[in-house]
Amino acid sequence: MSAHTPFEAERARIAHKLTINPDIATKVLTGFIKDEIHKAGMKRAVLGLSGGIDSAVSAYLSALALGPENVLAVRMPYKSSSADSLSDADAVIQALGLQHLTVEITGMADPLFAQFPEMSNGRKGNIMARLRMTVLYDQSVAFGGLVMGTSNKTELLLGYSTVYGDSGVALQPIGDLYKTQLRQLAAALGVPQSLQVKPPSADLWEGQTDEGELGFTYADVDQVLYLLVDERYTLDEVAEEGFDAKFVRDVWRRVKANHYKRTMPNIAKLSQRTIGHDFLFLRDWA
Amino acid sequence: MRLHLGLAQMDPKLGDVQRNLEKHLAYIEQAAAQGVELLIFPELSMTGYQVNDLVPEVSIRASADDPVYAAMLDASRRTGMDIMFGFVHQDQRQRFYIADAYLSGGETLHIHHKVYLCTYGMFDEARYFDAGDQVRAFDTRFGRVGMAICEDFWHISTPYLLWMDGADILLLNSASPSRGLDASDKFSGSRWVELVNMAYASFFTGFVVHCNRVGYEDGKNFWGGSSVVDPNGEMLLGGDYFDESLHTITIDLNELHRTRSRLPLLRDERPELVQRELERILARNNR
Repeated sequence: MSAHTPFEAERARIAHKLTINPDIATKVLTGFIKDEIHKAGMKRAVLGLSGGIDSAVSAYLSALALGPENVLAVRMPYKSSSADSLSDADAVIQALGLQHLTVEITGMADPLFAQFPEMSNGRKGNIMARLRMTVLYDQSVAFGGLVMGTSNKTELLLGYSTVYGDSGVALQPIGDLYKTQLRQLAAALGVPQSLQVKPPSADLWEGQTDEGELGFTYADVDQVLYLLVDERYTLDEVAEEGFDAKFVRDVWRRVKANHYKRTMPNIAKLSQRTIGHDFLFLRDWA
Repeated sequence: MRLHLGLAQMDPKLGDVQRNLEKHLAYIEQAAAQGVELLIFPELSMTGYQVNDLVPEVSIRASADDPVYAAMLDASRRTGMDIMFGFVHQDQRQRFYIADAYLSGGETLHIHHKVYLCTYGMFDEARYFDAGDQVRAFDTRFGRVGMAICEDFWHISTPYLLWMDGADILLLNSASPSRGLDASDKFSGSRWVELVNMAYASFFTGFVVHCNRVGYEDGKNFWGGSSVVDPNGEMLLGGDYFDESLHTITIDLNELHRTRSRLPLLRDERPELVQRELERILARNNR
């Protein structure tokens, strides 16, 4: 008996549950984008376009919601960014007819890198993500639009993001779609093929891929996360579905360790009524 | 007897009672122009759903002294149309309820306070609201009806009690958020609500009218899909999801007579047996 065949039926069943109706997703998410931006008294959005599938899907949804003339796509390459990233981002800009801008971040990043010669790739990646956030928030004022988030549910749960970098945004339209679901939406929206097939990468250094850095595939981790989060399985119950018990534990440890990235910083309570504790209004209140 | 129904599948603005009142009055004018006799608005149509700490400032008193309530009473008098709408009700002792009012000819026929507050998962109603403690049907010029609000009809006891109290038409409203996206053509949450509404109509051999809101609050989408089910469990109206609209339909109340002649579930129901067994069960459980 081979190691994996007994669980093929389970895997197929979970994969089926991760299948989405892209028309409903598009309807709800374009409505959300329109609603959030109009409630803020605006009609435009600013979006960092990396050449990857997440920001491409966000760009397609934004263009459908607001009209391409109201979406500013900003490409922000560093000198080591791959040429494919720029050309894939350009393919999206051309396909949708978005307003666009290219702002090199090399000249901003390198002076800081030079002050710390021992700086790791991780630190450099975080700095680049925060510089891109700075550029987008500046363009937010110049263009008069909200900064569109491009984070998916997998990376939000795993904390595979830079706090106040790519997570520093005004709204998150695709934050409840796992990576494997996002791929289905990308195909339905007609995102260019080259973006759909290439391995996901933060492109922070040459040859980096998400799955290489994370140490597992999106196909596997999405199934584990779906069972743990959406279906409320226990860790043991997930392992019983045929997933390696250590892998399941490691994923959950990662979700827990990165929860701080998904919440606002705690405020120490002193008064009778404190922001974040008992001053309770929706963000949409204003 | 025929009844021309209207369902105002609206998107209330959170916390803005004045603007929502204007929207109600616009829907009322539009429905009246189409000859609607009974117009139904969604849960908390006057305030929006997640009012949280806004509760005291958006609440209204159900009397002609309150300018918002008075405007709704006046609209029912002026148009001759019966109106059911949702609001935050502040009672004489400063308690707050999720409420529905049924107005007819400038008078209040009934006020229902939501009995089952939804306080789990993404919902937090019991933090802000008091729960109602009555489930009562009431008489209208279209027959005896019963109102229930969202979580009220996720519990079978509410529509059952209304049925036993004589309601032949269940008037349900909600602020039901979309959830459970999968490969099918509707959210699993919407499928569930439609299934139970068709089940109630079938079990109770009566009409089920459901008005659900649309729009967004802090990333939650409300799916609309307002519907009317006949006493045979057939969906007469439904399937319009996510967008604001006024739905109208004429229902034939004589269907009650025909269905119940064929299927005498009401005649054969034994509420005294239910009562006896419930008393035994409750005594045993010492609750």
